[in-house]
Amino acid sequence: MCLAIPGLIVSLVPEFQRLAVVEVSGVRRRVDLGLLEDDMPGPGDWVLIHVGFAMSRISQHEAEEQMRLLRMLGEEGAAIEEIRGYDSAVQDV
Amino acid sequence: MRFVDEFRDPDVINHTIEEIQRLCEPGRHYRFMEVCGGHTHAIYRFGLKDLLPDNIELIHGPGCPVCVLPMGRIDDGLKLGERPDLIFTAFGDMMRVPGANGSPLEHKARGMDVRIVYSPSDALTLARRNPDRHVMFFAIGFETTAPSTALVLKRAKEEGIRNFSVFCNHVTIIPAIRAILDSPDMRLDAFIGPGHVSTVIGCRPYEWIARDEGKPIVISGFEPLDMLQSVVMILRQLREGRAEVENQYRRVVPWEGNRAALRAMSEVFALRPFFEWRGLGFISQSALCLRESYAAWDAEQLFQVAGVRVTDPKAAQCGEVLKGVLKPHQCKLFGRECTPERPVGALMVSSEGSCAAYYNYEHRKGLAAAGSAATSF
Amino acid sequence: MPNGSPPRIRFRDPQIEMSHGAGGKATRRLIDGLFAPLLLNGSGSHLSDAAILEIDGVRIALTTDGFVVTPLVFPGGSIGELAVNGTVNDLAVSGARASALLTTFVLEEGLPSAVLEAEVRAMAAAAQRIGVHFVGGDTKVVEHGKVDQLYITTTGVGRMIPGLSLSPHSVRPGDRVLVSGPIGDHGITILLARGELDLEADLRSDTRSVLPMVEALAAAVGPSIRWMRDPTRGGVATSLNELALDCGLAIHIAEELVPMRDEVRGACEILGLDPLHIANEGQFLVVVDRLAADAALVAFGTVPGGEMARIIGEVRETPASCVLVTTPYGGSRIVDMLVGDPLPRIC
Repeated sequence: MCLAIPGLIVSLVPEFQRLAVVEVSGVRRRVDLGLLEDDMPGPGDWVLIHVGFAMSRISQHEAEEQMRLLRMLGEEGAAIEEIRGYDSAVQDV
Repeated sequence: MRFVDEFRDPDVINHTIEEIQRLCEPGRHYRFMEVCGGHTHAIYRFGLKDLLPDNIELIHGPGCPVCVLPMGRIDDGLKLGERPDLIFTAFGDMMRVPGANGSPLEHKARGMDVRIVYSPSDALTLARRNPDRHVMFFAIGFETTAPSTALVLKRAKEEGIRNFSVFCNHVTIIPAIRAILDSPDMRLDAFIGPGHVSTVIGCRPYEWIARDEGKPIVISGFEPLDMLQSVVMILRQLREGRAEVENQYRRVVPWEGNRAALRAMSEVFALRPFFEWRGLGFISQSALCLRESYAAWDAEQLFQVAGVRVTDPKAAQCGEVLKGVLKPHQCKLFGRECTPERPVGALMVSSEGSCAAYYNYEHRKGLAAAGSAATSF
Repeated sequence: MPNGSPPRIRFRDPQIEMSHGAGGKATRRLIDGLFAPLLLNGSGSHLSDAAILEIDGVRIALTTDGFVVTPLVFPGGSIGELAVNGTVNDLAVSGARASALLTTFVLEEGLPSAVLEAEVRAMAAAAQRIGVHFVGGDTKVVEHGKVDQLYITTTGVGRMIPGLSLSPHSVRPGDRVLVSGPIGDHGITILLARGELDLEADLRSDTRSVLPMVEALAAAVGPSIRWMRDPTRGGVATSLNELALDCGLAIHIAEELVPMRDEVRGACEILGLDPLHIANEGQFLVVVDRLAADAALVAFGTVPGGEMARIIGEVRETPASCVLVTTPYGGSRIVDMLVGDPLPRIC
């Protein structure tokens, strides 16, 4: 139920407006956009594809925000380690 | 690959694991259930168990639509396939699932016209191209897949394509989670929620899990960083004494779900009063059937479906493994009569079934002394 | 085995299925359980790509292969090319230079002669490129519908390349595993060419003779080469599992080091396939002593088409008889031999 992957809409199929050509890493397939008719994506948009249908638009903003939060974990972690270093140094005195 | 590779960044993964280690209370044993079979698959594919601390136990949930399908439904579908004018179509996942008289592939070997499709649209295309044959699509899947089946049925109706039908085995996730929580042997601390089902149903349907059962649930994506970040979010909730629904997979899951998908589903499908799930028994309002307005495309109404109830072979303990009561290797048939090559039950066939995953990854690793996971050459 | 005692047939499957030809476990079960006991004097000890015979003191290699691919023609090649390259490659990875080929054709009544001619031309061209000759063959025609247009079998014989001594039993912990180039091109090309999945990509079959690369390796690091195999049906995973079973050691592969074209990766992600299980027709795996790995890589680079060769892993003690694939962030998974044909999945 869960194999869905991000794909880039490269063009719309002229005869069937709800069909788009979507590309995943150089592989192209016609994908039905019918489930996104309330907010129809177009060429240049990224969508999540499952069994030949686009399930959702992918928000680049949210993706970047997520990576930012995750990268901060690394920095927070380093900061905490440093503080712990100071604490123990203070206690040693 | 964009929106994939970033979430496999080794440095960020290492930092996230460090955060997990910081958040874990020493001496506490955590039990998190990942509901969705796709997450089970991801855990093994990315070797996530190697990365998590030992005191976090991941319990595999019932979110594998192939695994929960009782054998009788497969036999019913295959019986329909015996009609000479019928083309039996299904996703690849179904092809090796054993029925009482063999799997779809085994039926194909004996002459049945069985074809793998990647999309229900492809099954409809097959019907358009073969007007003198009847194409039946054996539909499986949770709410992730049901909207696509619904749209295809709508198209079939709009275009008046009469040589096409669906044998509908779509099931819904919430009743399955409820059945797990109602199970007396189940002790869980939190849930890793199904990311792709949630693109359709949104996050609201899970609110009762947090509010009434007091369990955190984080809706998670499927890349390594998604799942690890979800574990961080769960650990933070537990540490802070919170129980909430959180959406880790925000780049794809809208809180309110996909209205167009839900509309398509409600136009085409109705809820069955009850449906039998392998391992979980009969659950009310847990599965979909076609509405009366789509009766002409409903394989169960078009053809005589025997409604066979086939119990699993007695020795097979598929049900208990599905519920998480038994670990795969505790089933008497595991690794002996039941292997990926000669599966007895669907949990050994499906790439996200716990038994197949366990057999391929844990079992063989455990047989020999574990080698170090990191490579340096 | 004592003389006179009947061979034990261990093959119990009631009927033949597609999985028996897929090159994975079911194929092995058929060979080990039915063919070996009856035809190979019960040996079937380790399957290799060619048989090495000694006749009047001269060691020669002998191999045969059947080709039944559909469609007959696909981007990058056709059945005729496969038939020549495939057999030459089986000899090459067994350490032999092909000297002569035989071929049999099974033709369907009604097959357009133009189609047959095109394939025969393809075979002639492939043979000429390699410098090997056909010395005979056989033809049968069967009624329309009894065969899918055209099946070709080629049998090849060759002389051993000096300086090579190949055996899975010579593999040692610390040895390096190399692959000659990107994996999965052929299998994905065929899958797309069948047109059932409505996928399109700029991909071509990788069919070619690997003999030039094998000869370059032999010249550069011959005595350090332990084992070679061409990962056709069943893919890299199946070949490496066969090695792991034969030598009882562990093959550790670093996922990020395995070369693969973006399109192969994309198709596998869409369909839920493991690239390690996809067939290749112009690549081979080689295990060399670790001290020779860098020189082996250089040798690959001297041959046109060998630039994408990579070191992808190494041999270790544990977990015994397993192939372990590791991720760049410390996770790992066991990769098994293919069970049946790789099937697309949606879950």
